Amino acid sequence: MGRVLREKYTRQPTPFCPGCGHGIFLNAFLHAVDELGLDFDKTVFVSGIGCGAWVPSPHFQADTLHVTHGRAVAFATGVKTANPDLNVIVIGGDGDIATIGGNHLIHAARRNLPLKVFCLNNFLYGMTGGQVSATTPQGDITSTTRQGNPERPFDLVDLARGAGAPYVARFPVSQPRKLKRGIINALSFDQFAFMDVLSLCPTQYGRANRAKRGYEGPSMIWSMLEHQKGTVAPREKLDSENPEGKIPIGEWYAES
Amino acid sequence: MSRFEAMDGNAATAEAMRQINPDVVPAYPITPQTSTVQTFSQFVADGEVDTEFIRVESEHSAMAACIGASAAGGRVMTATSANGLALMWEMVYIAASNRTPIVMTVVNRALSGPINIHCDHSDSMGARDAGWIQLFGENPQEGYDNCIQAVRIAEHEDVLLPVMSMYDGFITSHGLERVQIEDDGAIKDFVGPFTAHEALLDVDHPVTYGPLDFYDFYMEHKRQQVEGMKHARRVILEVAADFEKRFGRHYGFFDGYRLDDAELALVVLSSTAGTARSVVDDLRSQGLKVGLLKPRVFRPFPAEELADALRDKAVVGVMDRSDSFGALGGPLFMELSAAFKIHDVPAKTVDYVFGLGGRDTTPDQIESVFRDLAGIAETGKIQQPVTYLGVRE
Ligand code: SF4
Repeated sequence: MGRVLREKYTRQPTPFCPGCGHGIFLNAFLHAVDELGLDFDKTVFVSGIGCGAWVPSPHFQADTLHVTHGRAVAFATGVKTANPDLNVIVIGGDGDIATIGGNHLIHAARRNLPLKVFCLNNFLYGMTGGQVSATTPQGDITSTTRQGNPERPFDLVDLARGAGAPYVARFPVSQPRKLKRGIINALSFDQFAFMDVLSLCPTQYGRANRAKRGYEGPSMIWSMLEHQKGTVAPREKLDSENPEGKIPIGEWYAES
Repeated sequence: MSRFEAMDGNAATAEAMRQINPDVVPAYPITPQTSTVQTFSQFVADGEVDTEFIRVESEHSAMAACIGASAAGGRVMTATSANGLALMWEMVYIAASNRTPIVMTVVNRALSGPINIHCDHSDSMGARDAGWIQLFGENPQEGYDNCIQAVRIAEHEDVLLPVMSMYDGFITSHGLERVQIEDDGAIKDFVGPFTAHEALLDVDHPVTYGPLDFYDFYMEHKRQQVEGMKHARRVILEVAADFEKRFGRHYGFFDGYRLDDAELALVVLSSTAGTARSVVDDLRSQGLKVGLLKPRVFRPFPAEELADALRDKAVVGVMDRSDSFGALGGPLFMELSAAFKIHDVPAKTVDYVFGLGGRDTTPDQIESVFRDLAGIAETGKIQQPVTYLGVRE
């Protein structure tokens, strides 16, 4: 993150582990904010529990509401309804937004209040020690699925679209420029916007799945980034009938 | 043969769960309980237990699944802390009302907000009226022993009530201590096979759990819960006696330390009792007649026994690791004061709220409490019924 951005928008250094994908998101987010000229004085960040929730609170020089696990979207609904002039932005992880708080996510999408929800998806609960979440891929190792996750994960794009979200996007932290573009589009969209940000958790997910996923070389983090790049492809390029096992990234507007 | 191991409270509890080998464990991670079920999930993965382990999406679902599994005729356990317990709230009451003998370890942690992950007792004290039996343990050994006894207490046919077994977050949950782990077979014998009562899956005897129950019968069902709690008083002591016979460690409603001839008594739950004991020794060596009472059972509240144990004291200081905002003092103080009144105990009583959100409590502070009590004994006057220890005012 550039020094200027850091001084302009943040209060203190981030607490993330080295190589955490959330730092890349934070960087992309502040670049987007700066490019867009988003006024932090008219913005409220709402976040729940988990590493992802620490992106805005207590780091941003903005009003932040740090709430209970899973309920950020519900609190944000209250903020936006009470003061519709505010930009209300929710940032949190998959455990928070899509697992314990999944119910609020689908109802916010259905209700279509102009909230912006960024789900930093690292496929497990990072902060509490790497337990399985609702987005952990089937077969992956977590600290509560030592033999591999027996259950199927949510596809958050499908989930949010199914619930009626008029703007849904998915971008990986390994492609920060695309990610920044997406964030700008989400923030400037005038209705409910949801983004599934494919993040990285080297500390929990990386170490647990290193052997399985073949994160090679001295720098596991670099290998995770490379690996992430290899697993995604722009949705336009993927034949919807045959997505070659790749995860589609891009934007889905309700009309499209 | 039993063995000694260095274990923290969560590892010792997970070990107890492994030995109990419950049928179903639905759980959700929350600090500082997390490593309990995480360690247990390793036992599941390694095939060391036959448990169905359900990785639920929230604590509300965890307790809901516990109730379902228990009603269907399984031995069920889980663990949680603070906001996890709070999120279960609705289900916590229903577990007790449905008489499902679930055993839950609650690793005590402050109930937010603002967010705090450290120890106080506001979580389980908030649940004191939910209809669960509540046991408080001082250290990993007591966490292990209480967890095992809890199964027998909960499942006793005269009780059939869920049990919460508590110990202090981080201090006990993550503090390594010497723990005596009993032989697997001996624990299996002690807890015995599970007998389901009125199980849902007994198709020859269909039953209904939790239907509408209005003014015609609701009150009778509540009254039955009260009976269950009354029986629990007897069963807790019976189970403790059998535990002592087999394993040699004594348990009761509470534990006294240099209490019999004490004039000034301190009442405090869980790990702080350890610190208080050393203060008692220090002050005794200076000639002060001080003693300690550490309650183990908070529900059912052993009012008469506590009253008898403290009847002849000049002053009793209660230390509460949670507050009851707007009330006369912390929950332990209020219950004990009521017990004193009802059972005609003349001792003067004062309350000290301490250690909220993990605030450290030093021997010096506990000593200051005893000095306070001595002052009250001397003057016969209580200046301040509730004092907040170690707080910036
Ligand atoms: S635990 Fe994982 S998600 Fe959390 S800061 Fe560390 S790397 Fe990032």
